[in-house]
Amino acid sequence: MAMKPVTFTLNTEAKAAFTEDGQNLLDFLRRGAGDLSPKYGCGQGTCGACTVLVDGEPHLSCLVLAETVQGRRVETTAGLGQARPHALQEAFMERFAAQCGYCTPGMLMSAKALLDRNPRPSREEVIEAIAGNLCRCTGYEPIIAAILDVAEGRIRA
Amino acid sequence: MSGTDQPMIDFRKQFFANERDDNLNEIGKPTRRQDITGHVTGRSPFYDDHLFEGLLHMRCARSPHHAARIRRIDASAAERMPGVVRVLVGRDVPRNLNTLLSLLDFGIDDEPLLSTDRVRYRGEPVAAVIATSDARARDAVAAIRVDWEPLPHVLDVEEAVKPGAPVVLDVYPTNKFVYHGKYDHQKLRFGDVEAAFRQADIVVEGRYQMSPIEQAPMETCGAIAAPEQNGRFVCHTSTQALFFSLATASKTLEMPSSRLHFIGGTVGGGFGGKVDSIHEPLAVLGAMLTGRPVKFMWDREEEMQVGAPRGAERWYLKDGVMRDGRIVARRFTGYFDSGAYTRLSSYAIIKGVGHLPGPYTIPNVSADVYCVYTNRTPATAMRGFGITGVDFAIEAHMDKVAEAVGMNPVELRILNAYRDGDMKAHRRLAKNCALIECCQVVAEKAGVKLSPAMLAAASTRDGGGERARLPSHTATDENGRVQGYQASSYAKKGAKQPPPPGALALPPAARTEAPRPAAAQPPPPSTHTPAATAPRAGSMRFSSLSGFRKR
Repeated sequence: MAMKPVTFTLNTEAKAAFTEDGQNLLDFLRRGAGDLSPKYGCGQGTCGACTVLVDGEPHLSCLVLAETVQGRRVETTAGLGQARPHALQEAFMERFAAQCGYCTPGMLMSAKALLDRNPRPSREEVIEAIAGNLCRCTGYEPIIAAILDVAEGRIRA
Repeated sequence: MSGTDQPMIDFRKQFFANERDDNLNEIGKPTRRQDITGHVTGRSPFYDDHLFEGLLHMRCARSPHHAARIRRIDASAAERMPGVVRVLVGRDVPRNLNTLLSLLDFGIDDEPLLSTDRVRYRGEPVAAVIATSDARARDAVAAIRVDWEPLPHVLDVEEAVKPGAPVVLDVYPTNKFVYHGKYDHQKLRFGDVEAAFRQADIVVEGRYQMSPIEQAPMETCGAIAAPEQNGRFVCHTSTQALFFSLATASKTLEMPSSRLHFIGGTVGGGFGGKVDSIHEPLAVLGAMLTGRPVKFMWDREEEMQVGAPRGAERWYLKDGVMRDGRIVARRFTGYFDSGAYTRLSSYAIIKGVGHLPGPYTIPNVSADVYCVYTNRTPATAMRGFGITGVDFAIEAHMDKVAEAVGMNPVELRILNAYRDGDMKAHRRLAKNCALIECCQVVAEKAGVKLSPAMLAAASTRDGGGERARLPSHTATDENGRVQGYQASSYAKKGAKQPPPPGALALPPAARTEAPRPAAAQPPPPSTHTPAATAPRAGSMRFSSLSGFRKR
């Protein structure tokens, strides 16, 4: 199996790691680059637990070939709020927007992509933005409330 | 519309005002989970978040048949494939037969980790490939050749209990779990339902079917095991039942638990589906036999196909009802679909039968509930363990009864609801009842108008007295008594000689007694005249967390 070097930016750091032929970005980030924050939930692009941002756009990393991030910028939950908690992290903590926490990294990435693009989304736009992220524990409402808390300025970083 | 200013919980402090203690430290106030920081930073250590140098990956070869004999397993081609380190089969498992609740002396060992001679459900594992990558393990699984001899199968609970149905498990030859070494079902008898049906104005019957339900946790089930330097094996697992998994691994691997270092507690959603302790023994066995770290993790397809769901249930209900809505008799016949192995179904039924006849005071109750083996995926726990299926049947049936007597379904429930002090079918007095109050709140929220009498009803009034009496006569029978097993705790362990099928196919014993009249029906609750009883002094309510609490 051929190994191929990939250089990219992971959150704020320049990274280089090897990828195997056909390796997906999720496995590459977790095993190759050592960032365990994106989670495997289905491997089929249906659950959203592996959501990361590539050049600011949300992607399901289980469906992205690792080598396609060459020279691009990948953002994950591990890079959120490194100095102090990001507003979304504060809001998720405050709103009890996580129970088991397994969907949370993907949920945060989808929410961040939304707010980066549209800082004042409506409730409907929030629901649309996390529609691809499944959660089995919280029932979504606390998550929607947390994202709106940030959008409407009630919780800041 | 964020709801920031609206309380998330609607407190109704008028209810049970004399019994409540509002000195609450947490309820109604925002709080932070102790593990939330890890969750929002992606640092919570789920089992798959432990990196091991040289990690190997395990994947299983599975049965494509609902039932089949295994003539031969040929893994030679798979063993020669690149990256394949080892292929495990049943004979590699030191003690390849277990039942989950054997730790509680409950049931006969019936399930192999890797089947050697027969498969009983589609997806049952027969071999496990250990390879250097998941992809290589998958390729090798596809190269394992199994010579199958398909066998007749049965997928329906009532088909399975008919004489002549394919036998799923030889230790349970009538496809029914055996309780207490004596009975092929769980039985509840209170009063005389048959006599009461004859006195009832209307008899309402219903059949209710639940499908299996997958818990579908976001994190799939799995475990990573690795040799430690001290003769022990570390095992990171998704289990919801760490000590259960530890003891099961200890038993099936014939290894003292002091050599097993289990780490869990960070579970990516469980909902009952992570108690079956399948992954830990196989991952540890893989680590033992290869000397390397081994991960056994279901993919999503396996989680949905072979992950044990909440079992399907079929219920038959028959109610005897008076025209004013009082239910005077209720009979249940229930079939829990345990799937191909026992796991937790036999125990779920004990809980389910303990819940009958639902939260209603009914003077004549009868139930026969069977734990049935079929060639479907084995069932296990899920939220509301043992209760949810029959509650669906009961509440759907309540609506049907309401329709039959032309009554508002909420009022029917209030009329028949347990009041504090009523005698339940289990011969315990009802306490802490709150169904009436719940119905009143639901009706208000749903815009259902209740009569003044129903609005005035309360769980703390009108119970007890006549309604606290045991029936003067309870009709009993020997239906379902089995021969050939011996009484022990719940089921005889290791019954070596299952009874000949003929001995079990006997018809139920004929009733020799003439039916006697039904027990006097309790007077309907007098919802019009609230009794002027003083508030109960020193009332005792049950707290599920701390047991009885005297105030």
